[in-house]
Amino acid sequence: MAACRVVRLTRTKLGRLIMGLSLSKRELLLVCLVSFVGLVLLPCLNAFVPPDSFFHVSNFSITLCGKYLCYAVLALGVNILWGYTGLLSLGQCLFFSLGGYALGMYLMLKIGNLGQYKADIPDFMVFLEFPKRFPETGGLPPHWIPFKNFWFATIAVLVVPALSALVFGFLAFRSRIKGVYFSILSQALTYAAMLLFFRNDFTFGGNNGLTDFKFILGYDVNSNTTKRTLYIASGVLLLGVYLLCRWLTQTKFGLIQRAIRDSENRVLFSGYATVHFKLFVFVLSSMICALGGALFVPQVGIINPSEMAPDKSLEAVVWCAVGGRASLVGPIIGAISVNALKSYATRAFAEQWLYILGGMFVFVVLFMPKGIVGLPAQFAEWRGKQQRHKASVSAPTPPADEKVNDTAIISSK
Amino acid sequence: MLLNFIVSIRICLFIFLAFVASPHLGAATPEEARKILADSAVEEDATKQIAFILKLAGVNDPVVQQGVTAWRQGGLFLYETNSLKQPFFLDTAAQTDGKARAIKVVDGKPIQGGDGKDLIVNVADFTPVDTNSKLRKALKTVLDLFALSDPNPKIRRDAVTKLGQEQNPEYLPYFEARVVLESDPESVRALTEAIAITKVATTTGADQIAAINELKRMTSITSLALLQEMEKAERKNPKLTPDAKKALGSAIFAIEEHIRRGNLVGTAFRGVSSAAVLLIAALGLAITFGLMGVINMAHGEVMTVGAYTAFMTQNLFAKWFGSSGTGFDMYFIAALLLSFFTGGIMGLVMERLVIRFLYKRPLESLLATWGVSLVLQQLFRQVFGSANVQVNSPSWMSGSFIVSDVLFAYNRLFVIGFGIATVIGTYLLLTKTSLGLQIRAVMQNRTMASCIGVRTDRINMLTFGFGSGLAGMAGACLSQIGNVGPGLGQLHIVDCFMVVVLGGVGNLVGTVMAAFGVGVTDQILQPWLGAVMGKICVLVGIILFLQWRPAGLFASRGRSLED
Repeated sequence: MAACRVVRLTRTKLGRLIMGLSLSKRELLLVCLVSFVGLVLLPCLNAFVPPDSFFHVSNFSITLCGKYLCYAVLALGVNILWGYTGLLSLGQCLFFSLGGYALGMYLMLKIGNLGQYKADIPDFMVFLEFPKRFPETGGLPPHWIPFKNFWFATIAVLVVPALSALVFGFLAFRSRIKGVYFSILSQALTYAAMLLFFRNDFTFGGNNGLTDFKFILGYDVNSNTTKRTLYIASGVLLLGVYLLCRWLTQTKFGLIQRAIRDSENRVLFSGYATVHFKLFVFVLSSMICALGGALFVPQVGIINPSEMAPDKSLEAVVWCAVGGRASLVGPIIGAISVNALKSYATRAFAEQWLYILGGMFVFVVLFMPKGIVGLPAQFAEWRGKQQRHKASVSAPTPPADEKVNDTAIISSK
Repeated sequence: MLLNFIVSIRICLFIFLAFVASPHLGAATPEEARKILADSAVEEDATKQIAFILKLAGVNDPVVQQGVTAWRQGGLFLYETNSLKQPFFLDTAAQTDGKARAIKVVDGKPIQGGDGKDLIVNVADFTPVDTNSKLRKALKTVLDLFALSDPNPKIRRDAVTKLGQEQNPEYLPYFEARVVLESDPESVRALTEAIAITKVATTTGADQIAAINELKRMTSITSLALLQEMEKAERKNPKLTPDAKKALGSAIFAIEEHIRRGNLVGTAFRGVSSAAVLLIAALGLAITFGLMGVINMAHGEVMTVGAYTAFMTQNLFAKWFGSSGTGFDMYFIAALLLSFFTGGIMGLVMERLVIRFLYKRPLESLLATWGVSLVLQQLFRQVFGSANVQVNSPSWMSGSFIVSDVLFAYNRLFVIGFGIATVIGTYLLLTKTSLGLQIRAVMQNRTMASCIGVRTDRINMLTFGFGSGLAGMAGACLSQIGNVGPGLGQLHIVDCFMVVVLGGVGNLVGTVMAAFGVGVTDQILQPWLGAVMGKICVLVGIILFLQWRPAGLFASRGRSLED
C-alpha cells in the first residue's frame, strides 16, 4: 500500500523532490502525511460531517480503525523482537492480554453497582460467590483493590507484563535457549497462562473474562466522543511507538540488536553481553504489546483468555511477515491490511477465511520473504535478472537446481 | 440395651424362621410362590401372613414380584365371586383414568368378565388388601431379596452390596442360604462380604472378631467407611472387647494400606498409559523436528488425518461386515496401516510443496507449516463437520479387567503396547536398515553424506514422510481413547513439542524418557491440583528444567557452533 504510494509519488515533480531526500526522511514525510490523515482528518470527518454525507466516517469505522491501530502496536512489538533481534516469540499476545486485563480490571471496578446483580462488586464475583471467599473485603479479592485507581492500573499495564517478560526472558536467555526452542517455549508459556486464566478461581472472570464496561475516567465508554478519543489515543500511541522504535533502531543499540539477529555468537565473542540486550528488547516489546492491549480493551469492550490462545500470537507474527519484517512501516501495513481483509472476509465468506489466512502464510513465507514493503525491491531484482538473462542468453549457465542444492548443503551445516 | 433388644429379636426371629419360614431361597417354583402370595393375601391372621410372605424371598417370578410391589404400595385388591376371594393387582402399564385390566396373582392372567373379554375395573370400586407396619416391613424385606436371585450376576452383586451396607440381621439367613447356591465367584465374594459386614455390626464376641478378620482378609473397601464409623463410635462410647478393638484397628489399617497400594498402582498405570499416548504422538515429531530440524506445526493435523482415516475405515468395514462381529473388529488393524500411509503421503506432499524450500530457515518453516495447519483444520471442518465424529472401539479393545481393585482398561493397555512397538520399530529402522543409516548420516553431516553419494534430498523426503506416517498412526491410536474432531491435533501439539524439547533433539531415548517423565508427573499431580493446574505445573517445570539442561535430557554433543 505504502509502497504503491511511493511509486506513484515518484512520477510527480514533488515526488522527485522527495525521492531526492534520504530514504528515512522520505519515510518520515510519509508518516507525517498518514498520521495527519489518521489522527486529524478521519476524526474530523466523523465528528463534523453530517451522517448522510459521502465523506462521513461512521462510528463503527472509527472503532474498527481503533482496533486495527492497537493491533498495529502489537505488530510493532512483535517486529522489534523478531524483525530486529531475530527472536520469534509466539507468546506476545500474552503481554497484549495482560495489558488488557490490567486496564480491564480498572474498567470493571468502575461499573459500580450498575451490573446485572446491582452489587458493588463486578457481576462475575457475585456469580462465583466471591463474598464467601473474601468476606473481609466484601467479595473483592485483595489484589483487585488498588485497581480502583486509574493511574495504578496504567502502571500495572506496563509493569505486570514487563515483570513476566523479565522473569521468562531471564530464564530463557540465560540458558541460551534460542531459535525455534524459544518460539516453542514462549508458545507453551502463553498456553499455560491461557489455561490459568480460564479457571474461575483465578479471580479474573474465567471463561467470560472481563466485559460490560461502562465508564472510563468518568466518561461513558460507549459514547461516540469517548470512542473517537480512544481512537485518537490509539493513533498517538502507535505514532509514539513507531518513533521510539525508529529512534532505537538507528542508535548503536539498534546496530547490536541487528548483529545479534544475524550472528549472535560473533557478537558474544566480541564482548557484548547478548543476554542483557535480548532481555531489554524482550521487556520493551512486552511493554509495547501491553500498551496496545490496554487501549484495545475499552474499544472492543471485552477481554477474555482466548486472546492468549497460541494462534493469536501466531497471527500477529503473520501481520509482520505480510507487511514486511525488519522494517518499521511493514508491520503496521501488515496488521492493518490483514485485519481489514479479515473483517471483510469473515463477513463475506466466513468459511473460506482460514484458507485465505493459511494460504497467505505459506505464500508470504515462500515467495515474499520481505513482505509487502519488500515487493518493489523484489520486483526490481526480478527485472534485473530478466535483463541479465536476456543479455547472456547465448552464454551457457549452470542449471539453477544444482546451484540451490549446493548452497543448501553448505549453509545447513 | 438396644443391642440386647436386637439380639433378643434376632434369636426370636431365628427360632421363628427355623420353624415357619426356613429360608430356602428360590426353592419354591413360580406356581407355588404365586399360590403362597394369593393365600397370604386372603389370610386373616397377620402373623401367618408374614410367615407366608417371608417364604417368597428369593423367588424369581415377575408376577410375584409385581404382586408384592403392588401390595406394599396398597395396590393389591380382592375380587370376590361366589364367596371366593381372588387377589389381583392392576395392569399399571395400560392404565387410563384409574381403570385398568385386573391381573390375577394366582396365574398372572387378566380376570375375564362374563363375556369372555378382559375385565376392566375401576380402582375406586375396590378396597386394597390391608397392611400394617410389620407386614410392610416383611414385604420390603422380600422385595429387597428378590434381587438376590436375579439371573443377571451384576444385578445380584449390586443388590448384595447394597443390602450388606444396611447391616440388617434379617437378611443374614438369606445371604447364607444364597452363598451356598451361588456359582458366580464375584457374587460369592460380594455375599461373603455382605455377611461379614452385617455380622460386624450385629454380633458380639468371637463372631464379631471373626467377621472383622474376614473383612481384613478380603481387604474390603466397601466396609472401610462402616469400620471407621464403628471405631469413631467406639472412641466415644467404648463397648467392644479389647480383642475386637485390636482386630478392628488392624483391619482398618490393612484396608487403608490396600487402597493406598491400589491408588499407587492405578496412578502408575494411568501415568504410563498417558505417557504412551504422548510418546506415540511425539515420536513422529521427534523425527521431523529432532532429526531434521524442521518445525512442523501441522504435525497435529497429520495426526488428525490419521484419526479421520480410522473413522472412515470403520465406516467402510461397518458397510462390508455390519457394525459388529469379527470382520468389523479387524477394522482397527487396517486403520492403523492405512493411517500410516495417509499420514505419510500428507507428509510427503507437504515436504515437496513447502518444507523443502525452508530447510535453511527453520523459523519460517514454523510459520508456513502453521499456515498449512490452518488450511487443514478448516478442510476437516468442511468435510467432516465441526462436531466430533464417533469412532467405536473394536470389541477386543473395549472393556477392562480388575486386579485387586485396580482397573486396567484394554484400550490403555493397547496404547502402551503400541507405544513400545513403535519405539522398537523406529529404533530398528534407524539402526538396522540402510535407509536408517543414510538418515543418520544426513542428520550428522549433510555435506559429507552428500559427498559420498547419499541423495540427501530424497532422504529428507523419506524421513519426513516416515515421521508423518508415525503421526498418522498416532492419530488412529488416539481415536480409541479420545474424541475425534477437527481440533484433535491442536490438543496435543503443545505437549508434543514440550516432550521433544525436554528430551533433547536428535535422540529417541530422550524422547522416550521425556514422554514418561511428563506423563507420569502429570498423573501424579492431577489428583492434588486438578487437571489444569497439573498441566500448568508441568509446563513451568519444563521451562525450569531447561535451565539446568538447556539442550534437553539427552543432548547430542558436538563441537560445532550452530549459527
